[in-house]
Amino acid sequence: MKTVVHYIRSLFLLELFKGMSVTGRYLFKKKFTLNYPEQKAPVSPRFRGLHAQRRYANGEERCIACKLCEAVCPANAITIEAEPREDGSRRTTRYDIDLFKCIFCGFCEESCPVDAIVETRLYEYHFEDTDKKTGAYIMTKEKLLAMGDKYEAQLAEDLAAQAKYR
Amino acid sequence: MSEQQTITIEVDGKKLEAAPGQMLIEVTDAAGITVPRFCYHKKLSVAANCRMCLVEVENAPKPLPACATPVADGMKAWTCSPLARQAQKGTMEFLLINHPLDCPICDQGGECELQDVAMGFGEGVSRFSEGKRVVASHDIGPLIATDMTRCIHCTRCVRFGDEIAGIRELGATGRGEHMKIGVYVERSVSSELSGNVIDLCPVGALTSKPFRYRARAWELTQYDSVAAHDGVGSNIHVHVRNHQVMRVVPKDNEAVNETWISDRDRFSYQGLYTDDRLQKPMLRQDGQLREVEWQQALLEGAALLKSVDPARLGALVSPSATLEEMHLLQKLLRGLGSNNIDHRLRQTDFRGDAANPATPWLGQRFADLENNQAVLLVGSWLRKDQPLLNHRLRKSVLAGGQVMAINPLDYDFNYSLSNKLIGAPADMVGHLAAVAAALGADTAGVNANAEAAHQAIADALKAAGKGLVLLGSVAQMHPDYSLLRLLANNIAQAAHVDLGFVGEGANSTGGWLAGAVPKAGEGLSFAGMLEQGLDACVLLNVEPEFDTANPAAMAGLLNASKVLALTTHLSPWLLEYADLVLPVAATPETSGSFVNLQGDVQSFNGAARPAGEARPAWKVLRVLGNLADLEAFDHESSRDVLEEALQSIGEIKLDNSLSNAQAVTARLVSADLQRIGGVPLYSVDMLARRSGALQHTPDGWKAGLYVCADTASQLGLVEGSSAVLRQGDGELTLPLVVDDRVPGNCVWMPTGVPGSELLGEGFGTVSLEKA
Repeated sequence: MKTVVHYIRSLFLLELFKGMSVTGRYLFKKKFTLNYPEQKAPVSPRFRGLHAQRRYANGEERCIACKLCEAVCPANAITIEAEPREDGSRRTTRYDIDLFKCIFCGFCEESCPVDAIVETRLYEYHFEDTDKKTGAYIMTKEKLLAMGDKYEAQLAEDLAAQAKYR
Repeated sequence: MSEQQTITIEVDGKKLEAAPGQMLIEVTDAAGITVPRFCYHKKLSVAANCRMCLVEVENAPKPLPACATPVADGMKAWTCSPLARQAQKGTMEFLLINHPLDCPICDQGGECELQDVAMGFGEGVSRFSEGKRVVASHDIGPLIATDMTRCIHCTRCVRFGDEIAGIRELGATGRGEHMKIGVYVERSVSSELSGNVIDLCPVGALTSKPFRYRARAWELTQYDSVAAHDGVGSNIHVHVRNHQVMRVVPKDNEAVNETWISDRDRFSYQGLYTDDRLQKPMLRQDGQLREVEWQQALLEGAALLKSVDPARLGALVSPSATLEEMHLLQKLLRGLGSNNIDHRLRQTDFRGDAANPATPWLGQRFADLENNQAVLLVGSWLRKDQPLLNHRLRKSVLAGGQVMAINPLDYDFNYSLSNKLIGAPADMVGHLAAVAAALGADTAGVNANAEAAHQAIADALKAAGKGLVLLGSVAQMHPDYSLLRLLANNIAQAAHVDLGFVGEGANSTGGWLAGAVPKAGEGLSFAGMLEQGLDACVLLNVEPEFDTANPAAMAGLLNASKVLALTTHLSPWLLEYADLVLPVAATPETSGSFVNLQGDVQSFNGAARPAGEARPAWKVLRVLGNLADLEAFDHESSRDVLEEALQSIGEIKLDNSLSNAQAVTARLVSADLQRIGGVPLYSVDMLARRSGALQHTPDGWKAGLYVCADTASQLGLVEGSSAVLRQGDGELTLPLVVDDRVPGNCVWMPTGVPGSELLGEGFGTVSLEKA
């Protein structure tokens, strides 16, 4: 019985017509091509774009040099040096993310106990100079903190949106 | 004694053999059964206050702490039964109530016993929502950082101070939740072994201050090594990150350092990374030291060695150089036809060289030190010079033994000396001769007049079944060392006790074995070189202003000769006098071996990358040998050098017996004012002197001229006033410090400390007046 049904289906190219009907439907549907960069796709609050380091409301940097992100990073993209700051608190003296190595997995963000290192929604960036000396592709602590300062409102909103799932 | 009886117990269904009186946790540890614990430590007394090691024992109504439960024949215990687990879980919950959740900023994070045990035995969620306790931390010195909120009251640090360091510096006040660990008085911890509490602390309450926040446990690579700052040769782990030494921690070796290391071994690594670390070879051109390439430097070095008359060529080698370096250096010198080599750089009296023992050593194994009934220290601040040997002696005192001292300064010990004779350096010979006279031994021509104290020392030594006369580093720097040595030898023979030498540096015994001393009758000793001068002088890891006995004479020697220095650091004198300096690797950066004071040859590999272009010294010496066209300088590894050195040494025979020693007349005479030298413990070598943390401890040298109150008033000087010390042509102006450990008519100004390079020998007649 099964064989007979299968035989009839193949004979009348049923599968083919099924497929073509999908194609046909989309042919007449309204198109949703985005005219990037004039138009942009919506971005999830969990989007993992370029990194940033956040501060507390009083301006104090959040990062405490616990080095968990460095340890968890599967691509070894993070380099941290730390020592006691003048006031005795634990701070980084160097926090570099090598963007060539980074695979944007977001583990750093997840491992951070103080929500210091985060990934912004920013995905539009480039660097022309790949020279090791200028290090344009390295997100230094200064660059990260500047990013954080710039996007803090958005970052705080995104973190709040995800809070209940973390 | 009858054969040790063993009993059988059953733990988790496994039959285990145990000795009566052992605690359950010792038996489970030996069998590899895990019992969680915080307060128990194998080298400390049992406190049983953390309650983490609760286990179920048959017929016991409640779980019992394994660390305080003695085993009994037929005992049955379960370490992970539901009852035991429940008890452990409960204890863990209580411990975590007041422990802050600050692991991300805690230096112990990643190597924390509390973290580990909480993972294994704790709940995932806390039921405690009330406020946690906060405890203020005090600054207890430059070595140990405190965060007392993290303390879980295991009291290991308190027991360590009491039982091992011998000074109760940390203590607990209050009870229950109000218990606080702190210092008794607001002052820093001053023990020379204090760093060990960092390892003992199971949590992050006590951590290393120089290492603070600099690295995480998981970033470090661990290498085995041997400490290079005293004759114990403590086994250590060097922790390295990015090819740099980040810290040093002890490695267990029951025969050498047990589980401890001294602070000097722990924190001297700081000296590796200083601004004056030599990065490139430097050659003197037009009166200036200029950086050159290795190739040119080595060719110049070989040319220099070949160009001088071998009889006028000499080498001074640090007593902390490795056996390989010493072997190659003496091979190089002897290959060139010179016999002038010495590692006894702080010795001033070489008149007894003909009678030198073959290989001076401690005279006893380290572990045997604990069994002495009477020990006489001659010119030794053993507590600071060799902290771990002193720890062994302290055990002998706790077991009822006596330790006596003949010292020029009233050095403090962490046990009470049963007898001490403190007097001006010139009186040391008289005291020792009096003890010899009291024993009926030959007094080597010294007028001796035995008083009650001398008699008491003599009697104690004579009555001892096992005893030791130990010549310390101060004795070896004494201008009448050969006389002191002869008298000590006579005393030891008459009282039938051992004679021991505590050499300088990590490898003084190795220096004798490797031939870093002139052979009898051939070549010049260090004193001979100073006296006769040299045309060319090779320095191996010697900082001439601080590592030699007589800086004034040393300057003369360097000034008149060409100087080839292999060194880790470029000191001001090398900058001034050296003609060629070659950067070499320091101990944690090179492979090599040390022979410790009990004759163990301990080898180690390089752990960190040498600074700049520095190379291991054995490689530099090997290439110099090649370039000087000498035979058999084709070693491929330091292991090859060691094999060759051990082959030429043959069997290691440690021998302290003097051969036919002749009495000499004392050089040091009583004077109005005598200088007392010696080297403070954190000034012994280049690395220790450059360790900032060590220098800031109470044991770091505080610049000053130390006299007793009587002498100060006789000289019309008051504490803190500026005074001028004159010795020969040298003079030094420093503030006066009144210290009643100094005997009358003496001034304590050590060698090896800043300012000492302006003076001469550590002992001798000086004058002191108002500046």
